[in-house]
Amino acid sequence: MDANSAIIRVENLTTHYGDRRILNNINLAIHPRETMVLLGSSGTGKSTLLRHILALEKPTGGHIHVKGLDVCHCAEEELIELRRHLGVLFQSGALFGSMSLGDNVALPLRELTRLDESTIQVLVRLKLDMVGLGGFENLWPSQLSGGMRKRAGLARALALDPEILLFDEPSAGLDPITAAGIDELILKLKETFPMTIVVVTHELASAFLIADRMAVMSAGEVIALGTREEIRQSSHPRVQQFLNRKPEELVRDHEAYLRSLTAPS
Amino acid sequence: MKVNVRQRGQTTILDVDGQITFESTPGLREHLLTALKKKSSVLVNLSQVAYMDSSGIATLVEGLKAAHTQKASFGLFGLTKNTRSVLELVRLDKVFKIFGDEEEAVRLLASTASKEPI
Repeated sequence: MDANSAIIRVENLTTHYGDRRILNNINLAIHPRETMVLLGSSGTGKSTLLRHILALEKPTGGHIHVKGLDVCHCAEEELIELRRHLGVLFQSGALFGSMSLGDNVALPLRELTRLDESTIQVLVRLKLDMVGLGGFENLWPSQLSGGMRKRAGLARALALDPEILLFDEPSAGLDPITAAGIDELILKLKETFPMTIVVVTHELASAFLIADRMAVMSAGEVIALGTREEIRQSSHPRVQQFLNRKPEELVRDHEAYLRSLTAPS
Repeated sequence: MKVNVRQRGQTTILDVDGQITFESTPGLREHLLTALKKKSSVLVNLSQVAYMDSSGIATLVEGLKAAHTQKASFGLFGLTKNTRSVLELVRLDKVFKIFGDEEEAVRLLASTASKEPI
């Protein structure tokens, strides 16, 4: 498949926080119905890239096309329409604390569809059941564990059967069994619905289970892109360091270190 | 999506043609609940439905609930691979009465009618 068939196309994306460059000339094409994993250590720019795809942040350079819309340079109304087709699970679950779980999941259905309320109630229960929270619709976010909040966030992300589903560290903070349940759900979703899935993670086991392709990121750049097997075979030293879980070697200029500790404030 | 409603003996058959999505589901719901108000046996023909999203599933669940309330019979036939896998994902493939084709559905629906409310 070529870049023109991509449902998400990132072109020469560069962004800064202040003077610090966070993403450096990222190019990436994600195809319809593909599960793309953005893999890398903490602080490599994965979540920042995800936030740019969602148009939550503006880059300092480059373009991102989602379903043909340049999300870096479009009108707010166009973004609102586009977001009907996107489901997002943020790290925290991002639930509204003043609403029950059921109302959290029902919110996009009430705001963006003309479904009858009784249909919405069935859908809410279906979605909560899909993530293992069947019967919990009357609980409040404050009554849930972190893992349950994340699963509830996923139920809300799934509410509208999104065409593109984006996950920011879906396994972070979850016990291994719950994390495996999320992976299994992602696999079932990609098998059942015509979804494109983008997952930001540093969990190797999860990444190699769910990905069709992976983009390995380091220092704000995509340093390797390919299938699971291609990534395993990558000769890039940072990729191999990450896959083999080798810590950074600390190369320190002792004189410079002493100066940094004793410099006048 | 189009819904054609026809009668075959005591059974009302809804032939659904097209995709069942958030946009089209309300139309299917209206036809379904209207048919079930007549307390007849109702079958939904899904053989021409290439894609059904979860709003379609929710509407079929509403239909099943209404059938139990009305003490009517309710079943599905002609499921495509997609519609069957969506039902399986939400673990409803064993909840609905699902038949292979119309002949089997018409023959067996009445005899498998559930008396238990849900």
